[in-house]
Amino acid sequence: MSIRTPTRNHQEIPLWRDERVLNAAAQIVSTVVIVGLLYWGIANFLEITRQRGMPLTYGFLDDPAGFPITESYIPYTPTMSFGRAFTVGLINTLVVSVVGILLSTPLGLFVALARLSTNWLVNKIALAYIEFHRNIPLLVLLFLWYFGVFTRLPSARDSLTLPGPIFVNQRGLYLTWPRLTETGGIFVAFLVIGVILAVVAWIVLRRIRETQGRETYFGRISLAILILFPLIGWFVSGSEPLRLDEPSLQGFNFRGGLRMSPEFSALVIGLTTYTAAFIAEVFRAGILAVRKGQVEAARALGLKNNQVLGMIVIPQALRVVIPPLISQYLNLTKNSSLALIIGYQELFAIGKVTINQAGRAVPVFLMVMATYLLLSLLTSWLLNIYNKRVQFIER
Amino acid sequence: MSVTSETLAPPAALRPLAWLRKNLFSNWFNALLTIFSLVFLYFALVSIVRWVFFTADWSPVTIAPLLFLIGQYPRDQLWRPALSMLMCVFLIGLSWAIWERYVKAFAIFLGVLLGVLALIPLETPTITLGVRAVFLACPVLIYLGFWIGRRLEVKGKYIVTLWLLASVLITLVLLPGIRSIPGLPAVPTTAWGGLLVTLLLAVGGIVLSFPIGVLLALGRRSSLPVVKLFSILFIEVVRGVPLVTILFMFSIILALFLPAESRIDRLLRALIAMVVFSAAYTAENVRGGLQAIPEGQVEAAKALGLSSFHITFFIVLPQALRLVIPNIVGQFISLFKDTTLVVIVGINDLLGIGNAVLNLRPEFVRLQMEVYLFIAIIFWIFSYFMSYASLELEKALGVGER
Repeated sequence: MSIRTPTRNHQEIPLWRDERVLNAAAQIVSTVVIVGLLYWGIANFLEITRQRGMPLTYGFLDDPAGFPITESYIPYTPTMSFGRAFTVGLINTLVVSVVGILLSTPLGLFVALARLSTNWLVNKIALAYIEFHRNIPLLVLLFLWYFGVFTRLPSARDSLTLPGPIFVNQRGLYLTWPRLTETGGIFVAFLVIGVILAVVAWIVLRRIRETQGRETYFGRISLAILILFPLIGWFVSGSEPLRLDEPSLQGFNFRGGLRMSPEFSALVIGLTTYTAAFIAEVFRAGILAVRKGQVEAARALGLKNNQVLGMIVIPQALRVVIPPLISQYLNLTKNSSLALIIGYQELFAIGKVTINQAGRAVPVFLMVMATYLLLSLLTSWLLNIYNKRVQFIER
Repeated sequence: MSVTSETLAPPAALRPLAWLRKNLFSNWFNALLTIFSLVFLYFALVSIVRWVFFTADWSPVTIAPLLFLIGQYPRDQLWRPALSMLMCVFLIGLSWAIWERYVKAFAIFLGVLLGVLALIPLETPTITLGVRAVFLACPVLIYLGFWIGRRLEVKGKYIVTLWLLASVLITLVLLPGIRSIPGLPAVPTTAWGGLLVTLLLAVGGIVLSFPIGVLLALGRRSSLPVVKLFSILFIEVVRGVPLVTILFMFSIILALFLPAESRIDRLLRALIAMVVFSAAYTAENVRGGLQAIPEGQVEAAKALGLSSFHITFFIVLPQALRLVIPNIVGQFISLFKDTTLVVIVGINDLLGIGNAVLNLRPEFVRLQMEVYLFIAIIFWIFSYFMSYASLELEKALGVGER
């Protein structure tokens, strides 16, 4: 069956009402305006740089940086290049972000569960935590943690002792930390093999369970592997593949253990507690989004409590939780740039010092912004792949 | 199975003991949690009260209240910020009459707070009788505004117009001054500071970024590839980098892209950065609203012969914007908090004034906790009332219920 479309005589439509003409005109005008603005800006920029003699090149990256960096995870001295300093900053940003994400997620989940508690008091304490953090600027919180708490801590001699033991003083946090001994390599090897085998066993046995319908005890078997392998490794490696390295006061300072500088600690604590308040709301929304009927139906089908949680509630909650969780993680990464004001030298802070030292504002700035952009895009791309896997497949 | 026909009685309010039992001691685990929380609360409250009233030294906060409000604004020109404040509180009163549900709590709180501020004995020479009189006039003006608004039944759009007029008058005439008028000597923005700058950046940022954000959102959904491409690029780049980098770019790098002789005011540069940053987020919020409008609306409008301009601005946008008002309020709150970042480019907003006060006297050096906590409380109060308004708005619009 064919429908005759009414043809219209194009002569009748005036030019200023013809959508195609209008669209083309809009395209041309917007292109001209944007390109014109860019051209004007770049022309000005080239003029200014020509006058001041600082060309837009990246050759300076090989020049010695000349400024010290207090915290670095790779060897660094001021005689090394700007490029090296930039890498140090990037690694510092990544470390803060990853640690922040790893800590704020469980804290957020904990607060969310407290917020959902039927216990009135626990519920209100969680609410107070969330409202406190959500209504105060992160920068003020960081100032409070760093200047209000960490710079006012007692000296190393009178340092506070938290369970762990963790020693807290002006020079930072000293954690008791497990360290590998000479035979530690064997233990780690067993641990890694155990984890891999456990995951493989889980996937394979679960696939069999799902396709053939016979009980394979995939959970129990992979848990057994996960526990047994490191245990064997522990005994094979002789005694003590790991030793707890406890910090101890020697003279005026602590030795041993894992030291975290006051700047790093304040930043991580501030970022974590702040982001956890937002993450708690994300988790709460996710859990509330699973309808009560789902749980009731699952119970009616005879599923056990852990099955209801693992097969009904969590998979559905995850769908709601993951997109906003991604944006919270990205926020945390971007917010780590505030470290500058409390003196932790991450990407942005090092970029700023580099501008002062090398006098190349624009190239350095382009690099810093591009790096953040790349980090954001990479994170959201990776998490979006995961997100796609847990979403409904719509028919 | 028989169905009872009698309707159930409404649940009676629990008596205190029953309430306790239900909400705090329903089983052993809950009881344990309650006891643990009570112990925690007891120690937390005792130490907080002890610190606030005995240990803490609030002198940096009480020594210069005006500094926190308006920064270094010339003290012989105090009438200008004072008049601005009086205009604003009057408008808050008027808004209370119209949008009672959202503004009432804040208006009453503000009136009481300013009234108390006017009367508490502070031993600072900066708080003169005149300043106290202005503070005292605020609750009166708030109530007057409320009364007039009720009496005349002023329409919401007139109040919005009045707000816009007042902001233009305050920010472009009253505070900066005009050289040619003898009574209004120019006050450079470097002298502005405190809460004044914080509010200016937040309100200016959201108001100016709104139209740009809407245009970007429309651009992103446009069928014109060039417009779409540039909108996406702008939105994604701005959203992908931290605000600090944008602020820094506009306060330092922008000068390199403009003709050598042009100079832009420092505060204005920070404001532009806030607008650019906020516009990208507004655009994404508005896009969410645009996507929620069913295609049928557009088709119906087309069938009626409306042009695409009319469809966009009279059919789609009004509905979309209504949907995203709560999100925009949420974004405003975060922008309000983000204004603190301007201290990094050397502007004396509320936080910057806090830093300056700490350097005022050598004995203040160890009093950061007090000063930053004070600033935190101010931010908390403003943000709390805004999120309260936003929650009420969500209820009124029925978001999530339809």
